[in-house]
Amino acid sequence: MNGTQSAHSHRDYTGSKIGMWLFLFTEFFLFFGPILLYSIFRFRYPQAFIEASRALDTGVGVFNTVLLLTSSLTMALAITAMQKNKKGLTLILLGATVLAGAVFLVNKYFEWGAKISHGVYPGGEALAGNTDGGAIFYGLYFFATGLHGIHVLAGMCIIIVAALMVHEGRINSKDFVKLENSGLYWHLVDVIWIYLFPIFYLIR
Amino acid sequence: MDAKETKAHIVGYPVLLAVWAALLGLTWLTVGLSGTGLGSFVIVAPFLIASVKAFLVVDYFMHLKYESGFFKYILLIVLGTVVVVVWLVYQDVAYRY
Amino acid sequence: MARAGITEGSYLSAEPGRGWLSSWLLTTDHKRIGILYLFSILSFFSVGVVFGFLMRLELIARGPTIMEAATYNSFFTLHGVIMLFLFLIPVVPAVFGNFLLPIMIGARDVAFPRLNLLSWYFYMAGAALAITTLIIGPADTGWTFYAPYSLRTGTSASLAVFAVFVLGISSILTGINFVTTVHRLRAPGMTWFRLPLFVWATYATAWIQIIATPILGVNLLLVIAERLFGIGVFDPAKGGDPILYQHLFWIYSHPAVYIMVLPAMGAVSEIVPVFARRVIFGYKAIAYSSIGIAALGSLVWGHHMFVSGYSYTAAVYFSLFTFFVAIPSAIKVYNWVGSLYKGSIVMDTPFYYALAFIFLFSIGGLSGLILGALSVNVHLHDTYFVVAHFHYIKFGGAAFGFFAALHYWFPKISGRMYNRRVANWALLFLFIGFNTLFFPMFVLGFEGMPRRYFDYLPQYADLQHLSIVGSWILVAALFTMIGNLVVAAYRGKIAPANPWGARTLEWQIPSPPPKENFEQIPEVTRGPYDFREGV
Repeated sequence: MNGTQSAHSHRDYTGSKIGMWLFLFTEFFLFFGPILLYSIFRFRYPQAFIEASRALDTGVGVFNTVLLLTSSLTMALAITAMQKNKKGLTLILLGATVLAGAVFLVNKYFEWGAKISHGVYPGGEALAGNTDGGAIFYGLYFFATGLHGIHVLAGMCIIIVAALMVHEGRINSKDFVKLENSGLYWHLVDVIWIYLFPIFYLIR
Repeated sequence: MDAKETKAHIVGYPVLLAVWAALLGLTWLTVGLSGTGLGSFVIVAPFLIASVKAFLVVDYFMHLKYESGFFKYILLIVLGTVVVVVWLVYQDVAYRY
Repeated sequence: MARAGITEGSYLSAEPGRGWLSSWLLTTDHKRIGILYLFSILSFFSVGVVFGFLMRLELIARGPTIMEAATYNSFFTLHGVIMLFLFLIPVVPAVFGNFLLPIMIGARDVAFPRLNLLSWYFYMAGAALAITTLIIGPADTGWTFYAPYSLRTGTSASLAVFAVFVLGISSILTGINFVTTVHRLRAPGMTWFRLPLFVWATYATAWIQIIATPILGVNLLLVIAERLFGIGVFDPAKGGDPILYQHLFWIYSHPAVYIMVLPAMGAVSEIVPVFARRVIFGYKAIAYSSIGIAALGSLVWGHHMFVSGYSYTAAVYFSLFTFFVAIPSAIKVYNWVGSLYKGSIVMDTPFYYALAFIFLFSIGGLSGLILGALSVNVHLHDTYFVVAHFHYIKFGGAAFGFFAALHYWFPKISGRMYNRRVANWALLFLFIGFNTLFFPMFVLGFEGMPRRYFDYLPQYADLQHLSIVGSWILVAALFTMIGNLVVAAYRGKIAPANPWGARTLEWQIPSPPPKENFEQIPEVTRGPYDFREGV
């Protein structure tokens, strides 16, 4: 009370990271659900899944994968740069990360748009009355990539906020845990896509 | 409270770039393998390769390799839970009717 | 509660430079957040009680009495959603975990105080959404929201399901906070095996909150996606599988029952040694059993699904694991009872409530073993036997544990003592009312009365009537118990800092506790149940 350190000014670097990792585990389990469902339906409707997967554009899928992997790189490089007190380089790398995320989302927009304009979406004409598993493939595809896309957007917002804090100096080479935690979130978004990509795009 | 806070490990640029190159290589491998006639292995292969990629990201980009044992331990708990849950659900799905 | 005298210098006293409202609504003090939860949770608990009471009243006569069948369906849905998601899941961790965990480990607050406040706001948001469904047309699916009916019902199921999703976020954030707190903020000398067992229980619970809740979360999102877009995964009309909904649902909701009961068991583990004036029997066994319950409890979810149509192979595994999970719970019961042996027992209010817990929880737990037997389950599934079972462990167990915790820690939280006589009488009538209400349900279920039915055949009438009388006694007793505590909060006798003579850290600081908990972070040299004199 008088002169004793209040809990709120206390900084705990390790504790902060533990909290973030625990939160990431919850995100992991969130995506575990639809991926588990996917594997069950893949097992049950192999033919329909193969056909539906062929209809997805592998090229765009690969390009998006490379985008996210590269954005993960730039994010990790940004952490190192911040630890080495290279503020300008950090900001450039963070900008590149956000840009990659934005391009990813734009690609997704065109991908989805193409499918939707052909009626290939849950509730669309092309899938009406489908019971052989095709409707479920696309149901899972839109759900999983949609949920993932929301996380990409959230990640971009988090990184933009972190970049502002770097710019202001509130994140610096002495206190960078908020940047690290932002990076952890972004990497998780990347890891989820690493799994989503082959299960939807590469079934042959 | 941990009085002795170890200095955070800095992962060098070359290491990160090497990991990125490996990730791209594995992506190319996954795409190449899809559609090849490896039988049932071709279903599992993408998952396995994806897991290798995931672990590269987790270990190097997310610094797990350089963290204390505690972080690896809790990741193990999570993965253990996944294994058990998947196995039990599989006991249902594989033996229905 | 804020009388100038005893609350001066405590967490309840006014904060200079801050209005009263913002000092509560923008607080990051774990103790105040615990109080925020206490008031909000008890309010929703009362609503849940009203629903239960009215359901019972409807069943006083066959056919529609005070409501139609459709309304009855909404009532049992809301009763379940409120009692489980708004009361039982948050109550002990969010009220007592928040208030006591940091003090018990010798810390000034939790690891993430602002996140703690955010948890409460998520709770209130989820509660608001749930209450909204009440107004706009409540869901009629049961709290379990089973597909395919939940995909098709015209009621506000999407909103109800989303409300539960938001409540889940609150639970997750609390779990993250508590795990980090226990790992990072223990005082010097507070080794893992000097932690109070309440901390072990809350810690194990926090892990379940982190790991299990997101799976329910995504399941609920899938239901919303089904309702809004028809994605098809649970819809048989599209080749989907409703049993998969049940899997994802119970993968969370079974561990959820341990979220509800573990912290209550933790409270009992605190009370028993204090009132037996001796070290608890088998400290490590109880500590490990908390972890064991969390782990094994993640393997048994399929016992809710024995008759769903899933594979026989799975049923056998789930039944086997269900029998295993009884073991750590039984260990706790044996150890509590064993702690009474050669103790110097002090018969006082918290101890009576704890004894009620042990007795009622044991009945509930044993009835669970009956349900876990595959052949018997075919007869008893979806009957009143199940209703009796879960009310014995959730109400007789978790809620009575919460009441015990209330009576044990009340003097610490408020600095006042309640009228013990009234509390004891309230307990007696709670116990009588509870058993009169729910024990007949075991018989009704065995005789074949299905659950969630708003009407019944004539042969069930007598036991239904007995049960309803029990509900009246129970509600009157609840009212008395809570009223007694409310009165005490304003007019109770000033209580000493350690009226029960306990040894855990929260009793070594003033009542009510000061804002920063400790003047100096303590150095811990003894175990939490060390009652030796002069050591």
